[in-house]
Amino acid sequence: MTTLQPRAAAEPRPASPRARGDRRSWTGWGFIGPFVAVFALVFLAPIAYSVHLSLYRTRLIGGTAFVGLDNYRQALRDDQFWAALGRVSLFLCVQVPIMLGIALLVALALDSGRLYGRNFFRVSIFLPYAVPAVVATLMWGFMYGTRFGLVGDLGDAFGVPLPDPLSPHLVLASIGNIVTWEFAGYNMLIFYSALRVVPHSLYEAARIDGAGQFRVITAIKLPAIRGALVIATVFSVIGSFQLFNEPSILQPLARNAITTDYTPNYYTYSLSFSGQQHNYSATVAIVMGLITMVIAYAVQLRGMRKGA
Amino acid sequence: MHKHSRHLLRGIGLVCALALGSTACGGSGDGGSDHRAVSAADIRAALKKGGTITVWAWEPTLEQVAADFEKAHPGVTVELVNAGTGNEQYKALQNAMSARKGVPDVAQIEYYAMGQYALTKQLTDLGPFGAGKLSAGFSPGPWNGVKAGGSVYGLPMDSGPMALFYNKRVFDKYRIKVPTTWDEYVDAARALHRADPKAYITNDAGDAGFTTSLLWQAGSRPYKVDGTKVRIDFSDQGARTYTGTWQKLLDEKLLAPVNSWTDDWYKGLGDGTVATLATGAWMPANFASGVKDAAGDWRVAPLPQWTAGGRASAENGGSALALPELGGNEALAYAFVAYANAGEGVRTRVAGGAFPATTAQLNSEEFQDTGFPYFGGQQANKIFAESAANVADDWSYLPYQVYANSVFNDTVGKAYVSGTRLTDGLKSWQDASVEYGDEQGFTVEK
Repeated sequence: MTTLQPRAAAEPRPASPRARGDRRSWTGWGFIGPFVAVFALVFLAPIAYSVHLSLYRTRLIGGTAFVGLDNYRQALRDDQFWAALGRVSLFLCVQVPIMLGIALLVALALDSGRLYGRNFFRVSIFLPYAVPAVVATLMWGFMYGTRFGLVGDLGDAFGVPLPDPLSPHLVLASIGNIVTWEFAGYNMLIFYSALRVVPHSLYEAARIDGAGQFRVITAIKLPAIRGALVIATVFSVIGSFQLFNEPSILQPLARNAITTDYTPNYYTYSLSFSGQQHNYSATVAIVMGLITMVIAYAVQLRGMRKGA
Repeated sequence: MHKHSRHLLRGIGLVCALALGSTACGGSGDGGSDHRAVSAADIRAALKKGGTITVWAWEPTLEQVAADFEKAHPGVTVELVNAGTGNEQYKALQNAMSARKGVPDVAQIEYYAMGQYALTKQLTDLGPFGAGKLSAGFSPGPWNGVKAGGSVYGLPMDSGPMALFYNKRVFDKYRIKVPTTWDEYVDAARALHRADPKAYITNDAGDAGFTTSLLWQAGSRPYKVDGTKVRIDFSDQGARTYTGTWQKLLDEKLLAPVNSWTDDWYKGLGDGTVATLATGAWMPANFASGVKDAAGDWRVAPLPQWTAGGRASAENGGSALALPELGGNEALAYAFVAYANAGEGVRTRVAGGAFPATTAQLNSEEFQDTGFPYFGGQQANKIFAESAANVADDWSYLPYQVYANSVFNDTVGKAYVSGTRLTDGLKSWQDASVEYGDEQGFTVEK
C-alpha cells in the first residue's frame, strides 16, 4: 500500500536514534489523542459493530444465535446480491466513462483558452453538483414523468409517445443520466485544476517544436493530469458501487422497476429496515465494502503503474 | 491517504470485533410483562395521579381527542408525535424497540401490521385491562384485526370497509353504466378507454394492500396463521377469480400506471382520467382535501361483486392504537386508548371525518344520514356501513406482512410492467414470503 504514494519512496526516512531508546515520549500521543478518540468512536466502532453483527442471526421466532460465518456463506450464494452487484458493475462500465469523458472534454475546452465566457461556463457546468442529490433526483423524477412531466409534454408536442424513462429496461440509464448531470461538473473541476498547474513553458516548447493542439493534449496535458484522472476514476468506482440516493428516491415513482434489491446498498437498506435482517444486512455491507476496496485498489494500482 | 488508512483499519476493526464478540452476548432482555389484571380502579387512580404519555400516530383527528382528554383529566399530558405514516413509522418504531429506548407508550398500527408486533410480544396484551369485554362494540373486521392467538393487542381506531368511488361526470358523459360486478367493471374500463384514450377506469401500478383486499373480497384466503405455523397459498379458487379478471385489465392496458398518493394521481382524480377508485371508507376526507377541483363530480357505489347479486366486501387499511410492551405508563396509556377508540373520542373523530370501527356510531341515524357535500349531498355512510357489515371476518394477514408487502412490487410488480402473468407474479411473491418465513424461524407449510 505504501507504494501508492510515490513521494514516500522519494524521501529517505531519516534514521531515528531514539527508536531503540527506552525513553519513550508520550507527548505525541497527547497530540493525536483527540483525533484517535473521535476516529475510534465514529469510524472504527461502527465497523467493528458491523462485523460483530454479521456473526449473529436474530430471528422473529427463536431470538439471537451465534452463527459464525453462515451469513457470509449465504451472501456468497445470494442471487439477489450478485444481481445487484452486476447492475452497478454495468452502471460503472457505461456511466463512468461517459461522465469522465464529458468532464475531460469540458476541462480541456476550458483550459484551451479559446472559450468565450469561460468563468460563466465553468460555474454553470459545476452548478448541478451544488444541488443536493435528493433535490436533483426529485427534479429529474418529475421531468421523467410520461403523463405530466417533461417527457410527457415532449411526447405531446411531437405527437409520438416517448418511451417511459422509468420502465424496467430504461431506468438504469435514467439514473445514469442523473448521476452524470450531477457529477460531470465536479470531475471537470478536478481535471481543470490539475490542468491549470501544468507549466506554460511546456506548451511554448511544444509549439516551437511544431506540435498542434491535439498533440499537446495527448503528449502533455493528459499525462500531466494522470493522477487526477486516476483519483476521479477511483471516486467514481466507489460512487457507482455505493449507488443509493437516486434509486431510493426514484423508487416511489417506479416501484416495479426499482426493486428493493436494485443496488447492493439499497439491498442492505431493505434488508435492515423492511426485513429486520440487521445481521445479514451487515454481512452484505461488509462483503460489498471489501469488493469495493479491492476494485478501487486495482484501479489505482493499474492507473499509477508507470508506462501503463 | 484515505483509502490507505481505511484498508488498515478494517483489519483493526476485525480484531476489535473478535474481542467484542467474546464479551457481548445476544442481548436477552427479560420481557418484564406480568399479566396481572388492571382494574378500572387502577386506571382511575392513574388518571388522578396524572403524568405524560407519548403517542405515535399519524391520524389527524387524534389531535382534538388528545386536547379533550387533557382537559378532562388535568395533570395528564398527551404528547402526540407524528413519526411518519405507515411503513415509515414502523421503521422508527422497530428501531426504538430494538434499541429499547424511546419507545412510545401508545402507537398507531395498521391491522395488516398488528400480527408482527403481537407475535414477537412487542405489544402489551390488553386482556388484563378488560379489553375483551369491548368486542361487542366493534364491527367484526377491525376487531379481528387486533386479535392474535386469542389475545387482544389493540383497540380498533378506524376501519376501511371498501366501496367504489366513481366520477359521475365521466360516467354520464360517456353514458357508461356504473358497474355492479367486476366483469361489468372490465367492460366499463374498455368503453371508457375507447371513448377517451387518456382516461382509465382506475389506477393500479401494483399495490399490495389493494391486491390483498380484492383477494379478500373474492374469497381467497392465501394466509393461514396458527401461532408460528404459517401457510401461504395463492392458488385457491378466490385467487383464480381475481387473477382471471385483473389479468384482462392488465393485458388490455386499461389501468393507469400511476401510483396512489402521487401528484399524477391527484391530477387524474381531479380531471377525470382516473375514473374510479375501489378503496376504504376513510377516503372521503382525502377527496375533500386533495381533489378540491372535482367537488360534486364524485359519487359512491357499493363495491363491484365477483358474482352477480353478491354482497361480499373487504377491508382496506384501517388501524388500531396499541401499547408497545417497552412503553411505560400502561394504565394511563390504556385509559387514553379506550377514551379515543371506545369512548368519547370516537364522536370527536367521526365529526373530524374519520370512519369509525364502532358499531354504535356506524348504526346511528345521525351517522348514516350525514350528507357529503363533496359527493353532491349523497348519504355515503349508508353504503360504507353496509359494506362494513358484509366484511368476511376470517381473513388473516401474515405475522410478517410488513415485510411481505415490501417485496410485493419486486415480484407481483413484474406483471404490471412486463409480460409476466399475474398468477406467476403471485407465485413468486408466495415464494419470497415462504423463504423469509423459513429464515425467520416460522414453520411454513407450502
